[in-house]
Amino acid sequence: MSETRTTNSPSSSSNGSGERRIGDDGAMGDFARNLLDTPRSFRDSVIRHGKPTSDRARSQAIFTNFFFHILPVRTHLHSIKMTATFGLGVATLVLFIILCVTGVLLMVYYKPSVDQAYASMLDIIHVVPTGRLIRNVHRWSAHAMVFCVILHMARAFYTSAYKPPRQFNWVIGMGLFVLTLGLSFTGYLLPWDQLAFWAVTIGANIAQSPQELTDALGVTQIFDPGGMQKELLLGAHYVGQEALIRFYVLHVMVLPIITTIFIAVHFWRIRKDGGLVRPLAADAAEGGQVSSVMPASEEPAPLKTYGLMSLMKGRTPAVNLELRNTIMTWPNVMYVVAAVAMVTTLAMLVLGVLFEAPLSEIANPDVPENPAKAPWYFLGLQELVSYSAFMGGVCIPAIVVIGLGLVPYLDREREDTGVWFSGRKGRRVAVGSAVFATLATVGILAFTVNYGWLRNWEATAHVPQIVITLFNPGTLFVGVFAAWSVAVVKLKRSTRMGAIALFTCFLVAFAILTYFATVHRGPNWNFYWSHIDWPVH
Amino acid sequence: MHREDPLKTSGRFATPKTRRDFLGLAAAWSAIGAFMMAMLGAMRLPMPSVFPESSTIVKLGKPEDVLVGSTTYFPSHRLWLYRDDGGFHAISSVCTHLGCIVERTENGKFSCPCHGSKFAADGAVLGGPAPKGLMWVELTVSPEGWLVADTLKEVELGKTLNA
Ligand code: HEM
Ligand code: FES
Repeated sequence: MSETRTTNSPSSSSNGSGERRIGDDGAMGDFARNLLDTPRSFRDSVIRHGKPTSDRARSQAIFTNFFFHILPVRTHLHSIKMTATFGLGVATLVLFIILCVTGVLLMVYYKPSVDQAYASMLDIIHVVPTGRLIRNVHRWSAHAMVFCVILHMARAFYTSAYKPPRQFNWVIGMGLFVLTLGLSFTGYLLPWDQLAFWAVTIGANIAQSPQELTDALGVTQIFDPGGMQKELLLGAHYVGQEALIRFYVLHVMVLPIITTIFIAVHFWRIRKDGGLVRPLAADAAEGGQVSSVMPASEEPAPLKTYGLMSLMKGRTPAVNLELRNTIMTWPNVMYVVAAVAMVTTLAMLVLGVLFEAPLSEIANPDVPENPAKAPWYFLGLQELVSYSAFMGGVCIPAIVVIGLGLVPYLDREREDTGVWFSGRKGRRVAVGSAVFATLATVGILAFTVNYGWLRNWEATAHVPQIVITLFNPGTLFVGVFAAWSVAVVKLKRSTRMGAIALFTCFLVAFAILTYFATVHRGPNWNFYWSHIDWPVH
Repeated sequence: MHREDPLKTSGRFATPKTRRDFLGLAAAWSAIGAFMMAMLGAMRLPMPSVFPESSTIVKLGKPEDVLVGSTTYFPSHRLWLYRDDGGFHAISSVCTHLGCIVERTENGKFSCPCHGSKFAADGAVLGGPAPKGLMWVELTVSPEGWLVADTLKEVELGKTLNA
């Protein structure tokens, strides 16, 4: 692409033959001039465009840069509106980058050995210069990343960003969601404190819990997927050195690399899907022309590639109208991205300075932490697991992840994409579903706390385990929410409304279960109104 | 909408397969198959064939040193040893729900701190999410006369050892 160069480096005139200036001082003169000119010609070799003062140079700033060329040179106005994304995807990306940087710094001192891990954590906190801050920032960013990923997913859902042609990017997003949780879970073991040890013991046994089913069928001796999963994860029967090394490898190598690849595909797809989703009205408002950067059709014919013709005003014959609602990516979008990055980084720094990341006493395999609580985003799951390990820890998460992944294929209505809740009707469904889900979740929890479940009642005290596995408060949640959503599909005659109902139920139940297990579960996983009522030991 | 698309129906689905297509597909799928098998083979590595733990067969002491009617806890072996008139038996303290260590309460019953499973004095489930009772661990007397437990071997509830 040499013709896109705007500045001709002066050295290029001197390496041609013949044309030499007066006072020809030969090769030595060239050498001296080249030497003096090196800073500038080096700069020109890196950045092959002039100052971004023209639209042409601004577009070159984007597409001649390896890191920026994932962005289009022109961006739709709607996409940089605050309410379009709330910057959540970018914030998640920034958090991931912060985690990679602080994580590598921590690796300098951390030792993945059961004899040294905890001591190296103490070193990092008390001895290593800035170690405490770096560790705090790493920990809070991990929490924030999970938080932002959930909110970002909700944003994508409620603005119908999973609709064609973005179905598969939603699925990739689900992959990123699971990867983010996996990164957190594997990182949790590394400090080798009590909390880490017991939370991971519980996690590894959840992996083993398909035995609940195979035991009931009496086939565990021949077919034991649960036991296999646990052995694969721990490399042993108990959490120990083998498990620590495995978690370390997953946490610092395998999962970050896979996540990076997924993020790359995620971003590439956004480009190929014609940028961010936006309401029809965002285009209709001005020109009445609805067209995306890439044609959003499902035609099998080769898609038209994004030609340079559409960059400059007045040079494009057919796609002229769409330019009206777009702005140059450089510098407008760069400002937005930089602002989100700075706010996110600042927030993490402030959290890291103000709050210490917890570290409990060193792991003791003989005495469990009581209560042994997982990090907040797994506490909802832990509540479900306390009804049945296999159902709550394996089946329900699988149903949720597969169910959410299938949403774009089950709901294909194309109206009102890019509009929050698809308009007023959807907002009403969302509010209704939130109220319903709150009542249902609180009701079922209150019932369980007050009256117990099958094993606590005389008539059913001895029901076989398989009944408890299949019928417990957790499965009741799933059943009730599924029924509600199907009813909404029927009543509102719209799959989109049903999807909104289902997703809202999921979010509300997740929030309430997380809150409930965080605040109201104490020692022996008993119910307490508050931490103050916990028995002292 | 694209069901009527002539390009799609004729181009992709309606043409009969030629021998060339067939051979091409067969080659592609064999390559994919071989790759998958290689991946499976590589995944064999992280499946341990020898477990790193010290032997699961542990000495608990001389049978004659254990008093009749006594209950002894071995924290590192995670088991309770009982001796009563019927003989010896040992109950694992690992909760069958998700692997926490159960506590023994005053009346001899067990309760788990993690999700509140309750077990009777003989290990049977009384409440909570545990799918089955606490494991009864196999006890034997070694040729040298030691009382020995295999902490991974289960025996049925109520099976005592007379020694
Ligand atoms: C590591 C995790 C993730 C990162 C770094 C990430 C990053 C991004 C970014 C930067 C965008 C551009 C729009 C924005 O800033 O909001 C985006 C869009 C999108 N993301 Fe994610 N994302 C992640 C996880 C997810 C998850 C969990 C989902 C849902 C399951 C998802 C679904 C989508 C969809 C459908 C779009 C297109 C939105 C549109 O067209 O308006 N992403 N993502
Ligand atoms: S581990 Fe014992 S009740 Fe969950």
